[in-house]
Amino acid sequence: MKSVILTGEHYITGDVACAEGALAAGCRFFGGYPITPATEIAEHLSERLPLIGGTFMQMEDEIAAIASVLGASWAGVKSMTATSGPGFSLMMENIGLGICTETPCVVVNVQRAGPSTGLPTLGAQADMMQARWGSHGHYEIIVLAPSSPQDMFYQTITAFNLSETYRLPVLVMSDEVIGHMSEKVIIPRPKDIEIRSRPRPKGRKDRFKLFKPGPNGVAPMPSAGEGFNMHITGLTHDERGYPALTVEDQEEMMTRITNKIRRNLDDIIRTESYYLDDAEIAIISYGVSARTSMAAVDMAREQGIKVGLLRLVTVWPFPEDQIRKLAESVKGFVTVEINLGQIHLEVQRSAGGKVPSFLVGHPGGAIISPDRVLEVLKETF
Amino acid sequence: MSENLDKTGGKSVHPLDYLLRTDRIPHMWCPGCGIGTAFSSCLTAIKDSGVDVSKVVMVSGIGCSGRAAGYVNLDSFHTTHGRAIPFATGLKMAKPELNVVVFSGDGDLFAIGGNHFIHAARRNVDMTVVCINNLNYGMTGGQMAATTPHMAKTTTTPMGNPETPFNLPLMAIASGATYVARWTTLHTRELTDSVEEALLKRGFSFIEVLSPCPVNYGRRNKQKPMDMLKMYQEKAIIKNGAPPFELDIDLERGIILGKFADLDRRTWAEQYDRIYRSANS
Repeated sequence: MKSVILTGEHYITGDVACAEGALAAGCRFFGGYPITPATEIAEHLSERLPLIGGTFMQMEDEIAAIASVLGASWAGVKSMTATSGPGFSLMMENIGLGICTETPCVVVNVQRAGPSTGLPTLGAQADMMQARWGSHGHYEIIVLAPSSPQDMFYQTITAFNLSETYRLPVLVMSDEVIGHMSEKVIIPRPKDIEIRSRPRPKGRKDRFKLFKPGPNGVAPMPSAGEGFNMHITGLTHDERGYPALTVEDQEEMMTRITNKIRRNLDDIIRTESYYLDDAEIAIISYGVSARTSMAAVDMAREQGIKVGLLRLVTVWPFPEDQIRKLAESVKGFVTVEINLGQIHLEVQRSAGGKVPSFLVGHPGGAIISPDRVLEVLKETF
Repeated sequence: MSENLDKTGGKSVHPLDYLLRTDRIPHMWCPGCGIGTAFSSCLTAIKDSGVDVSKVVMVSGIGCSGRAAGYVNLDSFHTTHGRAIPFATGLKMAKPELNVVVFSGDGDLFAIGGNHFIHAARRNVDMTVVCINNLNYGMTGGQMAATTPHMAKTTTTPMGNPETPFNLPLMAIASGATYVARWTTLHTRELTDSVEEALLKRGFSFIEVLSPCPVNYGRRNKQKPMDMLKMYQEKAIIKNGAPPFELDIDLERGIILGKFADLDRRTWAEQYDRIYRSANS
């Protein structure tokens, strides 16, 4: 059997780094469907997974891909799929099944410009609201945004860890630029990589209640074939997992699946600050745009403009407390993202009208240059 | 029947009760519906086959038949509409020792889920698919399905179905299924034997079960609850190995039942092990 974790320095794309991150996190099943610019993740895993005892399946479409991933997760195997806009749209219903049935798995979206077929080979960050609300019904979700190939490696591991800890599909929202960019990626030694796994049932099987939350609000999870005779349904269900279709049952289940996220924000939300301590203007950005925004901060600082950057590693749940606190100390926000204003709206909402909030956006197909960000900073403040 | 007495409570216990979530009974199927009969046949087959029930998993989609997963006392999954087969594929491939049964309806498996069916058959994924074919969408109140006979009335074909229904065994065989059979809910012995054979067979097995839906289909097509069963009795022609092209459901000529395919072909997992794993180990 070949090494699972390829410790060392590599010159690889973000997509390949994502695949290696998945393997390092313990992913052993990938169900996928080819789509630019995420295909390389599937290609790399098709070669690597069977070498380490895992399974790669190319399914007939993205709906089948996510359905197979949910099934594999209930078989007790850490599972992932990767796609881009059109495939992401097709996966939405079953992401909802994963939320409702509390199924850990990772969905990677290497974003390209839309709507529809859009610009298949060019990047965007315009699926961020879809990541939040794309499946029907009200729910909480965890969404991470990597900013480099190295970060694709780490955020994929984090995505698995959070999905296993909180039992839900976790979305990694990358983009074409990061996915296709080749850069140095350092893969650490296995003992330096934190791996979390789903909580497991203890005690008597006949007394086990399938969805009875543990101390952190998350229920332990059995696997198929272990003798628990579990019933899993996308219908509203009670703690036994049985369909329970009253208003009260709905409230109980919704409280369970939303509170496990809402009450663990400190563990889930990750952000990075750059020159924020004395900043008068705060740039809010994520993914590839956070990276170009860093250059804009450097350029602005050279010109004496006191600007800093809050990089959202976790985009959802939205770090609104941090934005609210920043609104006390800065004179304005600038959100940088490759869309026409999605996270910008959240920043505006969280700022609560205390200070103005501006967007540096782009309809997609190109990164936002540091020059453009600097220009807006100068024009606006 | 003394062996069926629960000695502690003196209450009569059905021999299949251990395979049922008795705390979820009564079920939600309508009077005269055939799903319960087909479901019982499946449970009997699971019992008779001697397979380790802790490794048997039932996966359903959405619809009346999709509710079966909620009544069976096995690991059971009630998934999204049409997606039982790919969900089951993931379960099976991630844990090959599972014996996976997909139990769902014609609308779920062959309209919204048709693509998954043909690809799972093509790959020869080792699973058993039991399709309850009641010729319409029962759960939503009796709309036209991909199996509704030409000119039959449904709520969405008030002047008769202008379309042609699928010949399901033909599709299964053409797609690569290694075991294909068709029975009705009147032919419970044959159906039970078929399900048992399918459970023990390695490869993609498909069993179509014609089942009456008096409330939603029969009512609009001048069929009283017993008429459909009488028709199964009068029109059924058991013809094992019948050519798949003759298997259209034709009420004038008769409905051909039987086992139409039982062949051996490497499964997806066997091919994957052989080509991807053995060379590398």
